[in-house]
Amino acid sequence: MSVLDKVKLWGLKKSPWVYHVNTGACNNCDIEVLELLTPRFDVERLGVLLACSPRHADALLVTGICTRQARPRLQEIYRQTAKPCLVVCLGACACTAGIFHDAWHFAGPVDEVIREVDPDAKIIYIPGCPPKPEAMIAGIAKALQDL
Amino acid sequence: MTHKTLIPIGPYHPLQEEAEFFQLYCEGETVVDMDARISYNHRGIEGVSMNRTWDQVPYVVERVCGICSASHPLAYVQAVEEIAEVEVPERALYVRTIINELERIHSHLLWFGLAGHFIGYNTVFMWAWRYREPCLDALEVVTGSRINYANHTVGGSRKDLTPEMVKFVGERLDEIEGPLDMFITTALEDPILSLRLKDVGVLTEQDARALGACGPTARASNVPIDVRRDDPYAAYDRVDWDVMTCQNGDVFDKVVVRLLETKEAIRILRQALRDLPEGPVQASVKEVPPGEGVGHVEAPRGETFHFVKSNGGAGPERHKIRAPSFNNVPTFRASCIGQPIADVTITLASIDPCYSCTERMAVVADRDTGEELMNFADLVKLSRQKTEEIRKQL
Repeated sequence: MSVLDKVKLWGLKKSPWVYHVNTGACNNCDIEVLELLTPRFDVERLGVLLACSPRHADALLVTGICTRQARPRLQEIYRQTAKPCLVVCLGACACTAGIFHDAWHFAGPVDEVIREVDPDAKIIYIPGCPPKPEAMIAGIAKALQDL
Repeated sequence: MTHKTLIPIGPYHPLQEEAEFFQLYCEGETVVDMDARISYNHRGIEGVSMNRTWDQVPYVVERVCGICSASHPLAYVQAVEEIAEVEVPERALYVRTIINELERIHSHLLWFGLAGHFIGYNTVFMWAWRYREPCLDALEVVTGSRINYANHTVGGSRKDLTPEMVKFVGERLDEIEGPLDMFITTALEDPILSLRLKDVGVLTEQDARALGACGPTARASNVPIDVRRDDPYAAYDRVDWDVMTCQNGDVFDKVVVRLLETKEAIRILRQALRDLPEGPVQASVKEVPPGEGVGHVEAPRGETFHFVKSNGGAGPERHKIRAPSFNNVPTFRASCIGQPIADVTITLASIDPCYSCTERMAVVADRDTGEELMNFADLVKLSRQKTEEIRKQL
């Protein structure tokens, strides 16, 4: 690992900026993500910040089943991010499609869609419908430790 | 000669949680025309629901929209109860009222916070979401989950309220009530909010009626419609409350209407918790005979409508969902055109749009072979032919 890569990794672990992508969720996971920013959970104290552009992001928080319309756009967003970029599958829909596994507009699980673009992508799964904010914090913290 | 600029917003943009695509046609800074493209969140939930059994569907329709996750199941179970002619126990009606009103408080505070966020006033965002937490705690204690409650079932309620829960919910309401009064005072007196939101995105009463707006969007434009009063369900006819309306229809009035409704929800909740009758919460439902039923519920965003058709089988033969945003999204053209771009963002957010609720799709296909009988162009052609025929008759 070159020095530059080490610095990048340090930056990622120290203060991960996240970009939130809704690929066909019911808003539940999305409002729980916003919940993380507000006073009770306040992840900004841990260095996590919601980024406005995928080009600034260290991690993508993907919620929802990947719909046919969202699939190419999710791949494009992943291509735009700076690597290394974590992909966090948030909630049962993003992990396994859950209750919507037989929905006609479902276009493949999020991890497969991302692996099509980048076979070595680091993918993290946080199950739950929706996962509690505590579970989201624990999941992301654990993923960062293992990097 | 005027020069039009096209400004695309989306589909993935930091303004709203969901993916939607707006095309704003601008002359200078003024928006002169707009178009909205949706269906990034379409999942085909009606189709999923028609492949499930009667008891499973409430848990599917809960996920139509995460924020109205008590209203959709309630509308569905009311439709099924109409088919099966079930007498719902009195206590279950009260439990339903309690959960739906708690949901209204959390949804309105959520929107109030987001509205502050959209106009760059993050203090409002943080405070509103902070005082939304006690409400989520109450819901978690009553139903077991912060957001997906899974509490409405055909024939009643899945869980009963214990006296400890009633006490806990009452205490959480005390916790919310003080800050809520503060929010109402702030909203009415804060110079920033009134400068930023007054006379922005006005939806006139005439437009609101013509476009069929519903919920707080209509009530802010002085159209007093509310399913809870017009066709009472659950225990709304047994408690004392008022429909809140405002006169101007601008974004400021939409804020005020929602805050006043939150106050009203607390009033309903206090009465429901006090009058909670004794008895069972679940009626037994043996089977659902063939027939058709409708259920409608005043969700935080407006009227949610469910149509269910049964053929006597294990699940619905046809399930049609019409969410409130479907009525409210067309008001964009009436309220956004003529506004500067900076005001359009908050106007787009002011109806509290929920695209995952709204997005539907219809396919005209052979049921057995799955072969598509008509495509979009055919349907447009059919529609034009029909219009021509009607025009000749006029």
